[in-house]
This record gives sequence, C-alpha cells and structure tokens, in this order.
Amino acid sequence: MSTLSRDEILRYSRHLVMPEITLAGQERLKAARVLCVGAGGLGSPLLLYLAAAGVGTIGVVEYDKVDLSNIQRQILYATSDVGRPKIEVAGSRLGALNPGIRIVPHAGKLTAANAAGIIRDYDIVADASDNFPTRYLVNDVCVLTGTPDVYASVFRFEGQLSVFDARRGPCYRCLFPEPPPPGLVPACADGGVLGVLPGILGTLQALEVIKLILGIGEPLVGRLLLVEALATSFRDIRFGKSAGCAVCGATPTVTAPVDYEAFCGIDTATGRSAAHDLPRVSVTQFLVRQRAGEAGELVDLRDTPELAIAAIPGARSLPLADLPARLHELDSARHYTLCCHRGERSVEAFYLLWKAGFRRLDILDGGIDAWAEQGDGRVARY
Amino acid sequence: MAKIRVQYFAILRERAGRAGEEIDTVAATAGALYAELEGRYSFPALRSVKVAINDEFCPWDAPLSPGDSVVFIPPVAGG
Repeated sequence: MSTLSRDEILRYSRHLVMPEITLAGQERLKAARVLCVGAGGLGSPLLLYLAAAGVGTIGVVEYDKVDLSNIQRQILYATSDVGRPKIEVAGSRLGALNPGIRIVPHAGKLTAANAAGIIRDYDIVADASDNFPTRYLVNDVCVLTGTPDVYASVFRFEGQLSVFDARRGPCYRCLFPEPPPPGLVPACADGGVLGVLPGILGTLQALEVIKLILGIGEPLVGRLLLVEALATSFRDIRFGKSAGCAVCGATPTVTAPVDYEAFCGIDTATGRSAAHDLPRVSVTQFLVRQRAGEAGELVDLRDTPELAIAAIPGARSLPLADLPARLHELDSARHYTLCCHRGERSVEAFYLLWKAGFRRLDILDGGIDAWAEQGDGRVARY
Repeated sequence: MAKIRVQYFAILRERAGRAGEEIDTVAATAGALYAELEGRYSFPALRSVKVAINDEFCPWDAPLSPGDSVVFIPPVAGG
C-alpha cells in the first residue's frame, strides 16, 4: 500500500503517471530531507519547486530581512513583506503552497560552528548562498559528512551550476581550490543581476535536487554548466576530481571547518591582512575632514549606469574596470578616498593602487550607500 | 600563429568589454595565452581563474592547437 493519501495522489498525479517517478518515486520525494542555504534569488524558485514537488522535509537557512531591492528577483516575497524576516515569510508561503510537507527554519547564518550539526540532518544540501565564505563552508561540510552539494551561483547575466558529490566526483575545491582575492568578484548588490537569471539557475538547482532524490537521469556531477543569458547559451564543461584537493583529495589538509572569513579575506599572494583591516573612513569622519580641508579626493569606482542613479558631488569617476588602464590619471603622492556602492570594489582598488605605489589611501566605509543614508538625503539608495 | 576562439566569463568579460573573440596567437599553452591577454585587458591573476579547452577544464600548461575553443572562467558567488 502506498503511504500517499488520496489528496496527495491527486496533487502529485502528473508525477505519478510517469514511469520514471511512479508512486515509489513520489514516496522517495516525501521521505527526502533537503537543506536550502539561502532564501534569496536562487532560493526563491528552488524552495517553491521543492515544496511543490512534495519534498517532505525542507530546511531553510536565512538570516536576512526582506528589502525592497530584493523583490526584483526573490519571488518568494511580496512588496508587503518588506522589513519582515525572510525565514518567516518563506515558511508561511511554502506552507500555504503545500501543507503536507515540513519546513524547518534555521534562522541565522550558517557558520563553521553550526554547519555540521545542521547539515547532518539532511540528505542533500542546495547551496543558494551569495558569498564565497559560505560556499566554501557548505562544500567542506558536505564533503566531510558525505552529503551532495547542489551548487548554483549567478553574476549579472551569467550563472554556474554543478553537483558536488565527493563520494563519486569532484567537489567545489577541486574546481576552485582557493577563493578570488577580496573585491575581485562583486556581489549582486554591487555587480547587479538580471532578475530572471537566478530564477533560471534556482529552478535548475531544484531539477538537480529532484533528480538526485529520484535517482533518475544524469546528475551534473563532474560538469559545470555555464549559462549565459544574453546569448541564451548553455554549455557544460567537464572536470575531474583533483588528487591534491585540500578537502576531498588523497591527503586532505582540511578535516574540519576552518575560518572561512579569513580564508576568503586574505590576499594569499601578498599575505596582506584581511580586507577589514584596511584603513577606512566613515561618512561622518570624511565630512568633518573635508570641512577642515584634510580629506582625500573622492574616487568613485562605480560603473557608468550607477552614476546616473546616484553620485556624490565633486567625486572623480574612475570605474574599477578601467582603473588599471587609467592609473596615470592619479598621482601617487596625493591622498585618495576610495568609494563604491558598498565598499567591496574599493578593497580591490586599494590593493591595485597599493601595488602601484600609492600609500595615502583610505576607503569610504559603506560606500555611497552609507553616504545616502547618513550624509546626504538627496542621494538615492539602490 | 594559430587562430584560437576565446570566450570570457564574469569579471573577465567586463574587463575585456566583450563576450569572446577570435585571436591570432603564438602562445603555445593556455597559460601563455592568458598571460598575453592579462596585459591587454588587465585581467586578474591567473590563480583565481580556470581554463577549459574544448569544453574540458585543463591545467594552465595544456598545449593549444589551431581552432581550439578556449573558455576562461572565474568563480562567481551571487545568489
């Protein structure tokens, strides 16, 4: 006898009639436990489809509140949810979508201290986070606990997708052994992202999760799918397990979660200290110094479309991408205060200028976003 | 000189100002080709980038042949 109720049979009937799924497959979905790390752009469609498909236990890790700038892509949330904790809204939305499943909220951040304890209770982890420290943390704990990690990430018009399952294939570190230097890869907040793109990648993540549960098809193990939205191009690149991998290789050096902020914050080439140790100046400090004629010249590293949204009067515009080619426009003897949207690009520019011999540098803490909030109400937040 | 089809992803695409191009190069390996482009487009250090030749990730000393399709892929983390 099936463990599915009459209502469940009707609800999942379009699954049940397919020979690849049947009642047995639907029961596997019902018994499955999937953890979704992050309920943002990727997590929204991922969670909606996992819940709709009848995955019986869905854990959600999320610490953030709904912001108006999220709604463009995070389709779990409505405009009226702005300001509410995402984990609460996600719980009620998914519960309404499918009352027959269990949603387990993990409010807070996934950390080196709590990750193994949380992940141990799940069969599959879907990494829908938005930063490198969390991605390495999820990978390492998944390798150490023998849990498949269904991975997706997005940037502007591009996405990457893979299934890392160290028991039968390579892991994230086999692909990217070390994180890029801080500031090199902008987050969605700084780099922007086409709203529908995480929708596509998150939906593909749900597909891979469901295939793993059902044991059908060919999972994306040992392949990195590259999605390029402007050309509507999909290509997958094969890669193998790295014998020297720090976590899943023959002689691993990572045998427990490490300090991922430090791992991702230190420029290993120069050994320089973590990004948070760089000299920073708050908006208030900057304004005080400016009045006294002691402030650095503001260098705005943001891209041209951003200048049209908001700009600080008098700042020199020098987009980060152009900085290496336009270094000659700056004078290494002068004092510059680096400014971007929220501070990430300033970190890379700082290192770049430091290497070029500039020493009188600081970073406007929080970027133009902090300026808009504290310094000048006429500058729009975005 | 060999004609190589090159594709750029993420930050490399931003820096190069294009998604891809066909390049005439004397570079014998993927690493040598990257070094050539690194100067032209001020690409980031090679450590934080992966290279694939004909849809397969390979080491930086992998040899290039005329007509190869080379993709440079940096990690992205957005979600």
